[in-house]
Order: sequence, then structure tokens, then C-alpha cells
Amino acid sequence: MLNKNQIAQRIAQEMKDGYYVNLGIGIPTLVANYIPEGINVVLQSENGLLGMGPFPLEGEEDADLINAGKQTITALPGSAFFDSALSFGMIRAGKVDLTVLGAMEISDKGDIANWKIPGKMVKGMGGAMDLVASAKNIIVAMMHTSPNGESKLLPECTLPLTGVNCVKKVVTNLAVLEITKNGFKLLERAPGVSVEEIKSKTAGKLIVEDNIPEIKL
Amino acid sequence: MKKVFANADEALFDIKDGSVIMLGGFGLCGIPENCIASLVKRGVKNLTCISNNAGVDDFGIGLMLRQKQVKKMIASYVGENAEFEKQLLSGELEVELIPQGTLATRCLAAGYGMPAIFTPAGVGTEVSQGKEVRNFKGKNYLLEYAFEADYALIKAWKGDTSGNLIFRETARNFNPLMAMAGNITIAEVEELAAPGELNPDHIHTPGIYVHRIFKGENYEKRIEQRTVTPLNMK
Repeated sequence: MLNKNQIAQRIAQEMKDGYYVNLGIGIPTLVANYIPEGINVVLQSENGLLGMGPFPLEGEEDADLINAGKQTITALPGSAFFDSALSFGMIRAGKVDLTVLGAMEISDKGDIANWKIPGKMVKGMGGAMDLVASAKNIIVAMMHTSPNGESKLLPECTLPLTGVNCVKKVVTNLAVLEITKNGFKLLERAPGVSVEEIKSKTAGKLIVEDNIPEIKL
Repeated sequence: MKKVFANADEALFDIKDGSVIMLGGFGLCGIPENCIASLVKRGVKNLTCISNNAGVDDFGIGLMLRQKQVKKMIASYVGENAEFEKQLLSGELEVELIPQGTLATRCLAAGYGMPAIFTPAGVGTEVSQGKEVRNFKGKNYLLEYAFEADYALIKAWKGDTSGNLIFRETARNFNPLMAMAGNITIAEVEELAAPGELNPDHIHTPGIYVHRIFKGENYEKRIEQRTVTPLNMK
């Protein structure tokens, strides 16, 4: 089984040189720590920065320089600042190559729910609806099941949707899955996790072909 | 026309109960601190506030929520605010949550003199309820209207007496967009320059959009999530 850092590490393998990438809050933020050597990607922060760098050194925090999670960050050499309309303009226009975000539920059709639990949690969608509606390539990082063992990979989302038919790939603590016309296609399984376990914990339609390799980190 | 005011209290002299107010900022970054303090002091009520976030319990718009000055909040993300959640769940506060890019672009449309935009954000979700859907080249888009606001309260880094504005780093966010969208736009700046001191090539918001400007004071610039790389890890 993968922990959160290992999920991020596996997603980082999807990066290609020259990619512009938007990382969501939570596990997706950790992806930045694992970008492979020799691969240059530019991180977009939707509050208005291309070229996001690591957290500042202690004492060098700047209140005017934060990421979309409201964390203090730095801007790398060659970065650019812009307003929120331009930021979502470049997202809407498909300029961002890869979007990584978390989810509460996804469906085997690529629908995603990650912004609201009616009656319990109302935080808002932030930029998630804009991102999922326009991104060319969306990878979701999430736990395969809820803490009480219920599958979060469903035939239909039960929570209010963030976007429909948009997620391309899912990396969970148990598996890497691609979303195809026919449902979740199992690509890789986490070390020590059997195909049977993944089957039993995936409520949506699951396609398993031949031998499923283990995830390599 | 004289645009320069002495302080927030003077610049906000005519804001009345029931006004529709845009407030710039993302989280607590680039928020009009002086304007908010003045609104809190004046106690104007029944406000409709348009802002990406609703502050935190004891700073930003959270200060206005605590005094029950806000009737309706239009925002994209309102986490980190327990008072907000309490008023929302009890029904005291009316809330409209809209996608962040839609919020930004509805400001942009207002400033560009365009009545509406089409965006794919929210198609197939509860955001699309009651909205016109149009298909372009095989993809569905929602029709969203340009905002109308009585006032836009914004924060810039530098400004001049003509109302030209320059923003700093990610404190730009919604500020230049809301500046374009207010019927009356009031800008507070850290540095107020004389004409000619700012390079015209560096201006983000031309003064035509700014009706009132004043030099703010005592900026707290609170950091919401202080994250650092420890010195020994350099």
C-alpha cells in the first residue's frame, strides 16, 4: 500500500519535460517534491503565479507571495505574476498540460466530486470547477476507500459534482487506474496489494487485463 | 476631479446600508485592510460582498461577519472561517458559491463592457442550475453575467494621484479585475506617488478605473499559512 508521499511520488512519474502543471491542495502539493531529475516543469498557482518555487527560508516569508493553498512560497527565476482572470484564462485555453487534484469521490465515467458534503461541509469549489472543466489531462490523487472501508471509486458519485467526464487517471494508495470508455482500467497495483483486493474495494466498473505490474517508485 | 482622499473613513464616506461591495484579495493576501477596518467602524449593514474568500474569524471580511454586517456573500472558497460556517448553517447569511475563474472573469467582463461570458466551469454540476447552456464546437458552456457592484474596494502596492495602480506579486489576484468592475472604485495603496513617478509602462490598472485613492496605514499583512524551509535544510 502507498502512503501519501508515495502516491505523490508515483504521480510525479507522469511529468514530462516542459510541462506546465497545476497542483491542487493536499497530496497533489507533495508531487512537487518528487519531480524526476532532468525534467523541468513549471508550476502554475492559480492565484497568479507561473514558476512557483519551494517554501521560503525561515525569516524570508513574504505575505504578498502565497500559493493557492495560502501557504508562503517563493518565485523561481523566470517566473511571472498575473491577475486571476489571466490565470484562469490560461487554464481555460488549455495551456496547462497537467492538473493534479484530490477528490472525495470519482466515478468510472471520470466524474469528480471534491467540493461539498451537503449539510456537513461547505467550503466552496475555489478553482477546482474551472480546472476540471478545461484541463487536457487530469490526474486525481486520493485514498481508494473512506476510513470505514467504503469505496470512493464509484459507478456514480453520490456527492455534488465538481465536473463530469474529465478525470483521465487516478492514483490511490492501492492502484493506478486509467479512466476509459468502459470504466476504470487497472494499470498498476501498489506493492503487496492483490488484484482481488483492488477488485473488492472498487465499486465502479473495473477492467483487469492480463498481469498487473506493481507500482515502481 | 480630485481622486485623492486622506484615509479610508473619508474615501468611504457615502457607503450605505445595503450596498453591493467587491473586495479584492485572495485569502488574506492583497485585501483592502484599511477599507475593511473603516466599514467595521462605521457599522454599515445588509451588505452584499463579492470576494474570493470570506477572511478568517478575526481578520479580513471575518471582522464584518462577526458584526453581522454581511447579508449575502458571493465567493468561491470560504473554508477557514468558523463564524461564516455558523451563520451559513443557521441561515443568517445568504451565500452564493461560484467557481473562482467565473468570479474573476465576471469582473473582467464588467470592466471590458461585456454583458456576459461563456465558461465551461460548472457544466453538469449544481452551479449550472437555471443557467443558459450553449454548445460551441461540441462542448457545453454556461452563460454567466458580468457583475454589477456599487463599490469595489481594492488594495494596490503603489498608486499615483491620477489613480494608476501597480500591484505586487500574488497580491495582485482579484484587485485589478474588481478595480475595473466597480461603479465607484476605491483603491488603498502602500505608496502614493506624484504624477510621473510611476513608469507608465509598469501600470497594471489605468487610473480611469479608479475613482478614489488613499494611502493606507498600519498594514498587518497577516499570513494565513506560514510555511518555511528550515535554515538547516538549505
